[in-house]
Amino acid sequence: MDWSPFWISLATSVTATVITLFLGLAAAAWREGRKGAGMALVDGIFILPLVLPPTVVGFLLLLLFGRNGPLRKLLLEFGATIVFSWPATVIAATVVAFPLMYLTARAALEQVEPSLLQAARTLGASEWRVFREVALPLAWPGVLAGTILSFARALGEFGATLMLAGNIPGRTETIPIAIYFAVEANEMTQAFTWCLIDIGISLVLLAGLYYWTHLQSPERLRWARR
Amino acid sequence: MALEVQIEKKLPDFALEVSFRAEAEPLSILGASGAGKTMLLRCIAGLDRPDRGKIKLNDRVFFDSESHLNIPARQRRVGLLFQNYALFPHRTVAENIGFGLEGLPRDERSKRVSAIIERTHLPGLESRYSRTLSGGEQQRVALARALAIEPEALLLDEPLSALDTHLRSQMEIQLQETFAVYRRPTLLVTHNMEEAYRLGARLLVLSRGKVAASGAKERIFQRPPSVEVARLTGCKNISRARAISDHSVEALDWGCALRLTQPTTQSTSQSTAQPAGFVGIRAHHIEFVEANGASSEENVFPCWLVQSSETPFRVTLFLTMQQHSSQSPQPGAAQLQAEVYKEKWRRFHDKPLPWHVRLPSDSLFWMKE
Repeated sequence: MDWSPFWISLATSVTATVITLFLGLAAAAWREGRKGAGMALVDGIFILPLVLPPTVVGFLLLLLFGRNGPLRKLLLEFGATIVFSWPATVIAATVVAFPLMYLTARAALEQVEPSLLQAARTLGASEWRVFREVALPLAWPGVLAGTILSFARALGEFGATLMLAGNIPGRTETIPIAIYFAVEANEMTQAFTWCLIDIGISLVLLAGLYYWTHLQSPERLRWARR
Repeated sequence: MALEVQIEKKLPDFALEVSFRAEAEPLSILGASGAGKTMLLRCIAGLDRPDRGKIKLNDRVFFDSESHLNIPARQRRVGLLFQNYALFPHRTVAENIGFGLEGLPRDERSKRVSAIIERTHLPGLESRYSRTLSGGEQQRVALARALAIEPEALLLDEPLSALDTHLRSQMEIQLQETFAVYRRPTLLVTHNMEEAYRLGARLLVLSRGKVAASGAKERIFQRPPSVEVARLTGCKNISRARAISDHSVEALDWGCALRLTQPTTQSTSQSTAQPAGFVGIRAHHIEFVEANGASSEENVFPCWLVQSSETPFRVTLFLTMQQHSSQSPQPGAAQLQAEVYKEKWRRFHDKPLPWHVRLPSDSLFWMKE
């Protein structure tokens, strides 16, 4: 059996999740405390990939990165093409996972008692320190839940990936795409094996999510102190 | 050393318009809840921005609307004790206290932290988390954390309101100790008049965003300048009144003429007498006297009991000064509230009505319209 879809899926999901974590956190932190009509539009754009069909996301990405896309020309300057390459799987997974990270991170940051942040400011802390040492550690359980959700979403990504990255075995063929084409080719055992592997990964993730959200208390989350 | 504040800020229900100067001593800010006290502290600490005005501490200008200056909270070095203490739940007591000392070298920091822990009677709690501390301990940690940065002014927002009675008096003593050593401008916001009186050297009464009175606390409690201040300082008996002469008034709600030690003309800047105003007396200043022909004495009147309410050591008596027909008077008819110790009350509580009260002329105070 060719294990490459497993490794491609894993590498894609991990990379996409790390990118999403930073982008989602940054967007949520930036959005925090901002008001105005423009913010509704910003929210709309950030959350859009969650409600759009993945094929629409994939099509839009194809327009951006495709033959006449504005981003393709930019990337060509650096000698890189995106479409139908491994980075395309990462981009597709990142875009669809981003809203989940953004929404959960925002909810978690909003839960942090404002007087704690204000107390830190009166004690002389810079905004960066307030975020890193007070807001983030206290919002961490929520942020982590968002990370796991994003990972799960990235792992399951199919439509946008297929449109932007295609199905190139050994390069862009992730588990969901391998399942689809196995069924297409009537290789049911193969499809079933990949399904079992996917279920296994998902169960492990859900167990991890449960552990983190139920067993963690803020006191044990001391990683951000130094 | 002084904190000078002169600010305006529009709030949902009213405008905060406050101007005062606080010297290097504790100043109590007394006001009902929602009078703008917390907002005032937040503006000084830099957590909220006034619409107009100026805030200056010693020679540093924090805020000046004219020159568009607004120093961020982190640069003001003003210690703020939050009403809910706002301790960092993910940090230990020692880490909470040391939070504001990040810039110092490690050993210098821990030296400072342990000195403060010693001073605020917290040894042994260094590695505990705030969730496991009692209310009084949390308050002490919050105070220690605010003091650790050696702030140039200290702001306390209802520091005792979350504590039970026993802890409250303990913490009051500790606050007094702290104030004795600290000797920099200190504002203490409270809605409790006794706390305001005990902890502040001077007093500022805030009512719907405006300064209703400010100055020496003894004077404000003895002679409240207005009905609002009288109520906020706990005066229960206030009657509309008309000045008859310099030292006598007719109390319209009580239906009697009263002699006053305080002249009715004195409190106005103009020398012309203001005939309309209010007269007030505190519940514990009302005296009960024997009835033998006493009605002819100064400020002595017959009264009838409407209702009484007991606390462990004292009784509040709700009295009316008009004789009613045979049926017992309605609770709403009470005009005066008198407060007496139970020992005293036991001496006359079964005597036949009417009783006689004296409203001593030096305890009565006159307030302008």
